[in-house]
Amino acid sequence: MNALLTVEDLRVSYPGRGWRAPRTQVLRGIDLSVAPGETLGLVGESGSGKTTVGRAVLGLVPVESGTITFGGERIEHAPRRRRRELARDLQVIFQDPYTSLNPSRTVGDTLAEPLLGMPGARARVATLLERVHLPADAASRLPREFSGGQRQRVAIARALAIGPRLIVCDEPVSALDLTTQKTVLDLLREIQEQTGVSYLFVSHDLAVVRFVSDRIAVLRDGRIVEELGARGEPAHPYTRSLLLAAPVADVAEQRARRQAFMSLDLK
Amino acid sequence: MKWISGLVLGLIVLAVLLAPVISPAGPDVSSLRHAFEGPAPGHPLGFDSAGRDILARLLYGGQNTLGGALIALLVALALGIPSGLLAGYYGGWFDAAAGWLVNLVMALPAMVVLLASRAILGSTVWVLMVVLGFLIAPSFHRLVRGIVAGVRGELYVDAARVSGLSDARIIWRHVLIVVRAPIIIQIALVAGIAIGLQAGLEFLGIGSGDTPTWGAMLNEAFKNMQRDPVLMLWPGLALGLTSGALVLLAAGLRDTLEDPGSRPRTVTPAVPTAVTPAVTPAAPTAGPGERAALLSVRDLAVAYPSGEVVHNVGLDVHAGEILGLVGESGSGKTQTAFSILGILPETGRVSRGSITVDGTEIVGLPEKRHRELRGTVVAYIPQEPMSNLDPAFTVGSQLVEPMRVKLRLGRAQAVRKALDLLSLVEIRDPRRVFDSYPHEISGGMAQRVLIAGAMSCEPKLLIADEPTTALDVRVQAEVLGLLRRLQRDNGLGVLLVTHNLGVVADLCDRVAVMREGRIVETGTARQVLHTPRDPYTRMLLDAVLPLEVT
Repeated sequence: MNALLTVEDLRVSYPGRGWRAPRTQVLRGIDLSVAPGETLGLVGESGSGKTTVGRAVLGLVPVESGTITFGGERIEHAPRRRRRELARDLQVIFQDPYTSLNPSRTVGDTLAEPLLGMPGARARVATLLERVHLPADAASRLPREFSGGQRQRVAIARALAIGPRLIVCDEPVSALDLTTQKTVLDLLREIQEQTGVSYLFVSHDLAVVRFVSDRIAVLRDGRIVEELGARGEPAHPYTRSLLLAAPVADVAEQRARRQAFMSLDLK
Repeated sequence: MKWISGLVLGLIVLAVLLAPVISPAGPDVSSLRHAFEGPAPGHPLGFDSAGRDILARLLYGGQNTLGGALIALLVALALGIPSGLLAGYYGGWFDAAAGWLVNLVMALPAMVVLLASRAILGSTVWVLMVVLGFLIAPSFHRLVRGIVAGVRGELYVDAARVSGLSDARIIWRHVLIVVRAPIIIQIALVAGIAIGLQAGLEFLGIGSGDTPTWGAMLNEAFKNMQRDPVLMLWPGLALGLTSGALVLLAAGLRDTLEDPGSRPRTVTPAVPTAVTPAVTPAAPTAGPGERAALLSVRDLAVAYPSGEVVHNVGLDVHAGEILGLVGESGSGKTQTAFSILGILPETGRVSRGSITVDGTEIVGLPEKRHRELRGTVVAYIPQEPMSNLDPAFTVGSQLVEPMRVKLRLGRAQAVRKALDLLSLVEIRDPRRVFDSYPHEISGGMAQRVLIAGAMSCEPKLLIADEPTTALDVRVQAEVLGLLRRLQRDNGLGVLLVTHNLGVVADLCDRVAVMREGRIVETGTARQVLHTPRDPYTRMLLDAVLPLEVT
């Protein structure tokens, strides 16, 4: 299998609170893979460990055991120097567009950051802004002059700056308004069609994940309970409860879903 | 103010630096013939007890006093900032070790250490000032460490790491810029303290007796207090002016550097993100005639100094009815809810219109009457359950206290009622939750607790501001179910503020859609969701991502 990213039996734990407290297991053996040009959705509730998977792939949390293979190379314990080189291929878009941009640096400055020392960085910034449909003069402004959706476009542009092969999207639209959500998701899909980048798309919102993903992995308590196609039928009762719990904007249908959810008996 | 204090400081420093030019006399040239003499040509301030020129001693003494403070500061900065940066950025064993050392140094009484080091290291001012630098370094370490540790957790630092920047570069570009302002302020404060401590030592006669300093001058003047009290004036004035100017400068710098509000804000959206459909004239959302008995809003406008954010809003909530107030962020839906509750932020006010709750006109109502209304007729459920519970008190005490005040219940009665309320909101183990602290319960549980609190005064009208937005979907479904049951059982009127059209479909009888401070459409939930009349409502519905049932 020529997957771009393969994760096998990934385990992550955090130190417990207090002296000699047991470590808190966050991920208890995760297996997943992402092919080139593919989007894998990771869905789960708060505390399920979905964000930790993305952070482990990015090297932002230490891996306890298991392997992460990216482009044929084991990277779970990559040294810092190698990590910095990997940044070319492996990028991120965070949830909160308000804190993921340095408030005291202009948008152009933030976008040029990954390009430091490269020739033609300025021209590249202009291309990036155009690609995410922001005006060229945005480069000289500060993040606070932009709305949430526009900031998230800046974050997307930053992730695209050096042409990565995989972008970890950590709840990229959950802080945005409904109408903005859709346009940002459309932009992500458009970029994928143009560049063939892969996404590891983390979200709590099944509707969002189904909208962008080719395959979906459902996480619960640090384990994957089910993996299914984007349009696939959920078989696991937990996935079904997630699906039924999300309310839809249709009075009659929502009543049916509510009853179906209440009749599901699981805790 | 900071300009004046800066100017005073600048003049003092300049005068001290130009001492040889200003005062032709040397600081140590004494002629006993002139002792205690008043001003004379070439000696504008007169002579001290040993017949030395006071102006010269003041200026040269300033060199030693300010120079000593400068040395102490430089030592403190050189130690405190790098160690704070490292400890804050990397944490780990270095942070632990540095923290231990810092606590130790801070626990030492500065004066005693200075006295001891004078005994061991000799009595030069400069050596003592280096020791003082060691003693004040912890304040810089703590300051820098705290800020850096905070910045370290910011997403933009993570993003920079993922971008492949080296640590040195991240610290230079993203971290130093944040600590800059607090360090400058701290320098001004600490400089004042260093000068004071040093003068104190000299005054006690523990400095180096032979070099002129302001403290030593004070000491000498004090000895001759009876004979010539004016001697106290000059060094005292110099010390007072310098420390005062430093403190004022620090305060002024804090105001400019740390208050982002004082900077001119340029709010110019680059491009409109959403498609802008033609603005339809605001439909009269509720006729001026029939007004609902429970809650009725007419022609409401909310204004901030920057402008009006809610225009001509009208809505009605009848008893036993749930009205959904829908809109995107910035549409004014929360502002509308806040004006009904009378909890608009300080700068905002209801500038027009009428709000009646249970027959009482709220606009213009004194705060005291409003508070009574909030505790009895109207209750509020906020969006962020966790930040609305005080982490320092148990859940139980936070339920019991308001009931004792509002309903004048006895302690035992209130506890019993709180437990009843917790089981009312479907908490399975009320006793355990009652005794828990907020951090020990989940977000869904916290929201149930707040709902219990809202129900405690048996309200007629419930205002819920995005009550399930912060919750997981499955918990959201349960909390929505709970709200529905409570509303039915008690015949409550509910104003539900939300952006989620699914929540509207689940819970609401009627809907009002808000956009840019106006209500664009009102109707039954079925009508608005299935046959929307306004193009904006249609656009909102189109943006909903499909979730087919399986």
